[in-house]
Amino acid sequence: MSDRIDSDAGTGQLGRNLPPLRLHVPEPKFRPGDTADFSDFAIPPAGAQARPDEVAQPAQMRDLAYGLVRVLDENGAAVGPWDPKLPAETLLKMLRAMALTRAFDGRMFRAQRQGKTSFYMKSTGEEAVSIGAAAALASDDMCFPSYRQQGILIARGWPIIDMMNQIYSNKGDRLKGRQLPIMYSARAAGFFSISGNLTTQYPQAVGWAMASAARGDTRIAATWCGEGSTAEGDFHSACTFASVYRAPVIMNVVNNQWAISSFSGFAGAEATTFAARAIGYGIAGLRVDGNDALAVYAATRWAADRARANAGPTLIEHFTYRVEGHSTSDDPSAYRSADEASHWPLGDPIARLKKHCIALGIWDEERHAAMDKELAEMVRDAAREAEKNGILGHGLHHPMESMFEDVFEEMPWHLREQQQAMLDEWKAAGL
Amino acid sequence: MSEAIGSEAVSDIQQMNMIQAINSALDVMMERDPDVVVMGEDVGYFGGVFRATAGLQQKYGKNRVFDTPITECGIIGVAVGMGAYGLRPVPEIQFADYIYPALDQLVSEAARLRYRSAGEFVAPMTVRSPFGGGIFGGQTHSQSPEGIFTHVSGVKTVIPSTPYDAKGLLIAAIEDNDPVIFFEPKRIYNGPFDGHYDTPAKSWAGHEQAQVPTGYYRVALGEARVARPGEAMTVLCYGTMVHVVENTVAEMGVDAEILDLRTLVPLDIDAIERSVKKTGRCLIVHEATRTSGFGAELSALVQERCFYHLEAPIGRVTGFDTPYPHSLEWAYFPGPVRIREAINKIVKD
Repeated sequence: MSDRIDSDAGTGQLGRNLPPLRLHVPEPKFRPGDTADFSDFAIPPAGAQARPDEVAQPAQMRDLAYGLVRVLDENGAAVGPWDPKLPAETLLKMLRAMALTRAFDGRMFRAQRQGKTSFYMKSTGEEAVSIGAAAALASDDMCFPSYRQQGILIARGWPIIDMMNQIYSNKGDRLKGRQLPIMYSARAAGFFSISGNLTTQYPQAVGWAMASAARGDTRIAATWCGEGSTAEGDFHSACTFASVYRAPVIMNVVNNQWAISSFSGFAGAEATTFAARAIGYGIAGLRVDGNDALAVYAATRWAADRARANAGPTLIEHFTYRVEGHSTSDDPSAYRSADEASHWPLGDPIARLKKHCIALGIWDEERHAAMDKELAEMVRDAAREAEKNGILGHGLHHPMESMFEDVFEEMPWHLREQQQAMLDEWKAAGL
Repeated sequence: MSEAIGSEAVSDIQQMNMIQAINSALDVMMERDPDVVVMGEDVGYFGGVFRATAGLQQKYGKNRVFDTPITECGIIGVAVGMGAYGLRPVPEIQFADYIYPALDQLVSEAARLRYRSAGEFVAPMTVRSPFGGGIFGGQTHSQSPEGIFTHVSGVKTVIPSTPYDAKGLLIAAIEDNDPVIFFEPKRIYNGPFDGHYDTPAKSWAGHEQAQVPTGYYRVALGEARVARPGEAMTVLCYGTMVHVVENTVAEMGVDAEILDLRTLVPLDIDAIERSVKKTGRCLIVHEATRTSGFGAELSALVQERCFYHLEAPIGRVTGFDTPYPHSLEWAYFPGPVRIREAINKIVKD
């Protein structure tokens, strides 16, 4: 007799009469050449989702992680319990910030194509995600963004010329030309330095929020990542910490369907929603129409009030669509259907908010066209001004010896020595 | 002014082992600076698996000393965020062998934040972590990964070898506004180790460097210590190996100058240059694996700066380029047998 304990012990049937195992590799519905058809995509009607109390227990609101909070209906009316009932002034400010973000993106994308910088990333179609959130947060709440939240800086009134100086890596760049374009840092705007390493900002935001709570402060933190990078360990470490210490933090997942060329299925979207990640951690999870600025505002405000009431963190999935390529280095026509964006069932966030404002009688097509023209000119003028400080590769950068600064607070001998050696070598070469 | 009765000078000095000295440094800094917070696995109520944080939670509260989930990535990521808020976190990584999940947060975030934000945001933190072997810890409780961090721009790497230095260096590290990796040689937590693993363990009792002031003092980062002055050769070492080298040199009766580097980055290059130019011979001893180890950097620096003073090739005694073995620990460990051979070769060359 054998002392083995296993299912085939003693049967002599190891591996026999069993079907072969299969590996499932996800595949998106549409590839280049396909006609995108989202008709099987059931869109929950606006206003249908219940709105729990801000301090509700996560276990009492699990359906919110699988539904879709929507406020704006097909006619541009704001409906249901999540309608934040914003004053006209706020609606128009949000509309303007979204339009400015799009104009800015257009101008900077072209600047890259004109060889004025190395890299750019547009947020087309995702403007509501940043601007709706920024409008719902207090100006001194701390944001730990990913790379496609330029809308936060714009909503917080940060000078676009400063953003352009960074993109051009010129002598006006406060970051001294050290960071890839769009990796902004703006402490005065409560905007943390952006990292190219994905989702590292998640535990950092939780840490900031824990510090704020430990100090009895009133400020909260918010952070953003894409759906693709929810697969990173940092995301799960952050959720654990946020849950354990009930940190006053809002964790946003911008589900724009694509992580460069990998569709959301490679982050687990075939199996569940990203908002449902919250359930396993016992934290509040909301799934929101990310192309509905009012829904984003309402969800963020709910989560912010919850955090301020010491009721814990919230994970918000913003369901949206990345209309453009990942970046200027990407060609989405090589991996996805060309008409996905135009068929996207949740529409365009700017068009939807515009329709709402017109329906309210506080806005019209003429004023919108005039605003777009004004913003285009404003962005053009700012770009010209920024270009006076230089464009990438044209010599108007920070002096080369500045490369050695800020590695440490005080420059140690080995960096001083390397700095001097570099200057001596260039001098010896007659440069 | 102290209200203490009796001699203040006497009452201010205590015999401490390295754990007690580290605990005292944390206590002193938490008392002085409300921004200092201590966090890590088991560091709170229990006081740490090596007891380095014992009593701190009771004294300073759970908002400043707290246990964390078992995610090193999360511990360091949270510490970066706390640093950005304005705190001065002292996270503990329970064993240096566990630090790898935190590498991205250390290398790409903590070490780069000041640079990439041009000083707008900083991550002042001191990452404490017991490191090194000699305790039969096998490959997951014995490693010496200092060379990984000395290779990263933007972090400082500090390794004490005595209770006195452990406290003074830790205070200096916590006060430093840049991230510091503070590796604690756990083999010598409770007493100096002469390398003879088969003899009874010694305690720090009676050791000159175990006389530790109870209050605040600093040992500046970036300054080496002459552990033994000498003329015949220079030995560069740090951590546990300082004691193994000291004892081997004493047994051999060779007049070696032993430099305890104490800080690897920034390195005290002047002390190294001064010593090697005087003796003309140089041996480097570390426990970490050999290839691309910190000894390679030391060897290159000595060659670049002292070439015309050298009378023998620079030698290295290091751990082998294998994982840290369990049963064969004492064959792996750069102990007296290997150090003796290396010294003989260098002195005779």
